[in-house]
Amino acid sequence: MTKIIDSKIPEGPIAEKWTNYKAHQKLVNPANKRRLDIIVVGTGLAGASAAASLGEMGFRVFNFCIQDSPRRAHSIAAQGGINAAKNYQNDGDSVYRLFYDTVKGGDYRAREANVYRLAEVSNNIIDQCVAQGVPFAREYGGTLANRSFGGAQVSRTFYAKGQTGQQLLLGAYSALSRQVGAGTVKLYTRYEMEDVVIVDGRARGIIAKNLVTGKLERFAAHAVVIATGGYGNAYFLSTNAMACNCTAAMACYRKGAWFANPAYVQIHPTCIPVHGDKQSKLTLMSESLRNDGRIWVPKKIEDAKALQAGTKKGSDIPEEDRDYYLERRYPAFGNLVPRDVASRAAKERCDKGFGVNNTGLAVFLDFSESIERLGIDVVRQRYGNLFDMYEEITDVNPGQLANEIKGVKYYNPMMIYPAIHYTMGGIWVDYELQTSIKGLFAIGECNFSDHGANRLGASALMQGLADGYFVLPYTIQNYLADQITVPRFSTDLPEFAAAEKAVQDKIDHLMNIKGKKSVDSIHKELGHVMWEYVGMGRTAEGLKTGLAKLKEIRKEFETQLFIPGSKEGMNVELDKAIRLQDFITMGELIAYDALNRNESCGGHFREEYQTEEGEAKRDDQNFFYVACWEYQGSDEKAPTLLKEPLVYEAIKVQTRNYKS
Amino acid sequence: MDKNISFTLKVWRQNGPKDKGHFDTFQMKDIPGDTSFLEMLDILNEQLVEGGKEPVVFDHDCREGICGMCSLYINGHPHGPATGATTCQIYMRRFKDGDVITVEPWRSAGFPVIKDLMVDRTAYDKIMQAGGFVSVRTGAPQDANAILIPKPIADEAMDAASCIGCGACVAACKNGSAMLFVSAKVSQLNLLPQGKPEALRRAKAMLSKMDELGFGNCTNTRACEAECPKCVSISNIARLNRDFIKAKLKD
Repeated sequence: MTKIIDSKIPEGPIAEKWTNYKAHQKLVNPANKRRLDIIVVGTGLAGASAAASLGEMGFRVFNFCIQDSPRRAHSIAAQGGINAAKNYQNDGDSVYRLFYDTVKGGDYRAREANVYRLAEVSNNIIDQCVAQGVPFAREYGGTLANRSFGGAQVSRTFYAKGQTGQQLLLGAYSALSRQVGAGTVKLYTRYEMEDVVIVDGRARGIIAKNLVTGKLERFAAHAVVIATGGYGNAYFLSTNAMACNCTAAMACYRKGAWFANPAYVQIHPTCIPVHGDKQSKLTLMSESLRNDGRIWVPKKIEDAKALQAGTKKGSDIPEEDRDYYLERRYPAFGNLVPRDVASRAAKERCDKGFGVNNTGLAVFLDFSESIERLGIDVVRQRYGNLFDMYEEITDVNPGQLANEIKGVKYYNPMMIYPAIHYTMGGIWVDYELQTSIKGLFAIGECNFSDHGANRLGASALMQGLADGYFVLPYTIQNYLADQITVPRFSTDLPEFAAAEKAVQDKIDHLMNIKGKKSVDSIHKELGHVMWEYVGMGRTAEGLKTGLAKLKEIRKEFETQLFIPGSKEGMNVELDKAIRLQDFITMGELIAYDALNRNESCGGHFREEYQTEEGEAKRDDQNFFYVACWEYQGSDEKAPTLLKEPLVYEAIKVQTRNYKS
Repeated sequence: MDKNISFTLKVWRQNGPKDKGHFDTFQMKDIPGDTSFLEMLDILNEQLVEGGKEPVVFDHDCREGICGMCSLYINGHPHGPATGATTCQIYMRRFKDGDVITVEPWRSAGFPVIKDLMVDRTAYDKIMQAGGFVSVRTGAPQDANAILIPKPIADEAMDAASCIGCGACVAACKNGSAMLFVSAKVSQLNLLPQGKPEALRRAKAMLSKMDELGFGNCTNTRACEAECPKCVSISNIARLNRDFIKAKLKD
């Protein structure tokens, strides 16, 4: 291998790296900040907090989002909470412990120095959000309240009812609105980034499509920041919003930004199971439910068969015939094991025939014990909105008494099943959050660095805001300090014209395929292949079949696609088609990475590599690295693998254990 | 198990803000009861595209009732027949075989139609930019627990903050007033100690911006509260009015 990957991790002991970095990095003085332009694509937690902070510091910022308002970004849908190492509960928490839990939760595949920094700034996030007026839940004494989340033995999760993501995003959106009002940030809503423009090896602008007029527009800046989220919608059905896509990330990838660890896809254990073939998305039930809900399937196969046939209900099965399989297999963490472990355990039971609905792909989440212990009022206070949401979707009220057997009361259980939720992989970035293209940065879910092979609950919000408020605003200056003499760019440069023409050619090509199949019908086929062959349980053989099928889907897309209407004006089918083309490329990338990684770790489970007890079996000897994929000039060609070796100094790498 | 239903769908079509617009009528057949309202529109659009026609344009995104993107009158009610739910959370089991279901975009001077059922709500962003924030810099504020906030106040602020900015309050109001939206944000911030220093200025600035953008005033009909998918209370409007009067008296 010729390329050496420099992740620019600062010298010194882990606890001093970030402090040292900040003490020695280059800064930009206020007069020069006004002369420097930054494009921020995306207005979720990472994008909005970065745009607001950079604008406030004095840079001229252009901020883009595909929705009608920055407040709609999908960060808004995060329910449960945000982690921080405040130790307000006096339960032994510390920056080191949050760092340790995150690295362990990520199955020792994250970059150690980045995770330590994340844990370090976690406390600042809570302070910042409270100062903005984010209404976190509080105790009667007026102090902040906490709850527990998976993968931790402390209560470090701050929350605002079941709407924590909403409240944090609205906090960032209000800070952003303040800067838009002050004129430091210019906002472009209903714009979608289609390409990044590279001038002399540096990112200098973007081509964006105005989704209302259909026109392509050029924007220039000294640096470009991508905060465009994850690629979960490659699976069609996921908990992501309908418009979540990876087009901006794929544009960067095609221009030479490495894509790291695409195989690390998180499958969330507590989603409402799939019902029909017309379903458009899957609804998440917050992980916080696992604080008081107990997950089970029947012990007896005949009970499972009766549930599948609809001749029995969950509440007909008495306590002694229930298998609380997480409590059985993982006594130390019980129902609060990390998401990847809980998801695999559910799949294992359902694969053995113990699924509890008509498709056999569901397990129970039961509140009978907690309702008896706490009373329905307390349980509803904690999860009322989730119970209501569940009832509206399924017509079943989980808080309702359904049966009494031998003096024990049984309430309606919820049915849940794992679904695609979050993507730990993403654009490769160094310690400064800069991609392998100079001047191009990636923050939030769309980069790869902090969660390793599995993300712990309540850590996505933490990472998005850490990157946007507290990391990027520092590190981007180290880059921009060299750019102060560079004048503003003209979008008339040939590089901009060429990039725009390439996007226009792509659009013309898609419009002219004139086949018979709608975008959604092809997207659904893609989703089936991804879930079947590149989903929760992967094998080398299955992945090879998957790759072959993905090639067929690409061919179908290229020959059978039909887009009604014209390219002028608003055309939502055209916009979806552009995204789908990138999802297909993304799907292949996930499969290539999954096939290369001959081990099981976190969200990546290769069935060939498991212990006798069915736990993930890592291979640190051969796979203790970040897999970076480099584009080879065409979507048809397989990408090339580069490796960033992982270096652990502070933590001893060991087998994950949630049993004792 | 839910039954399948068949019904008549009347959908507003409008090709741009200047177009006069009209209703298109579709016969929907055998729609399962566990289909969401927006999934039902997906089915319609799939049929339209298969027939070579342009799909009905509507705003939608998270489909879990939190992003505030979806925005339809269903049979004259913003977000349809349910209380405390957005359009995306309505399921077809609420409708009967043979129903006629009418779907329209928000109709208000403050929200011009972009296309079909999609409207322009950037006015809400502009109101936020006028004062919907606490003026605090990114950096290192004091420890979060240094500000003690009694639980009832924090809870009240949270209830106000649950507004999703969808615009149903404006759509429901005969005056096209955005008072519920403005008052929810003003209440959240003005209730909390962090928002107090700018409380009066905030109330005045956001209300002036609302007036400037062509939204009407409040005549206490309470339609907004009845249709709000997050059940935001009009007591917030009373609080906003108090702060506004205080601000005026100080002028």
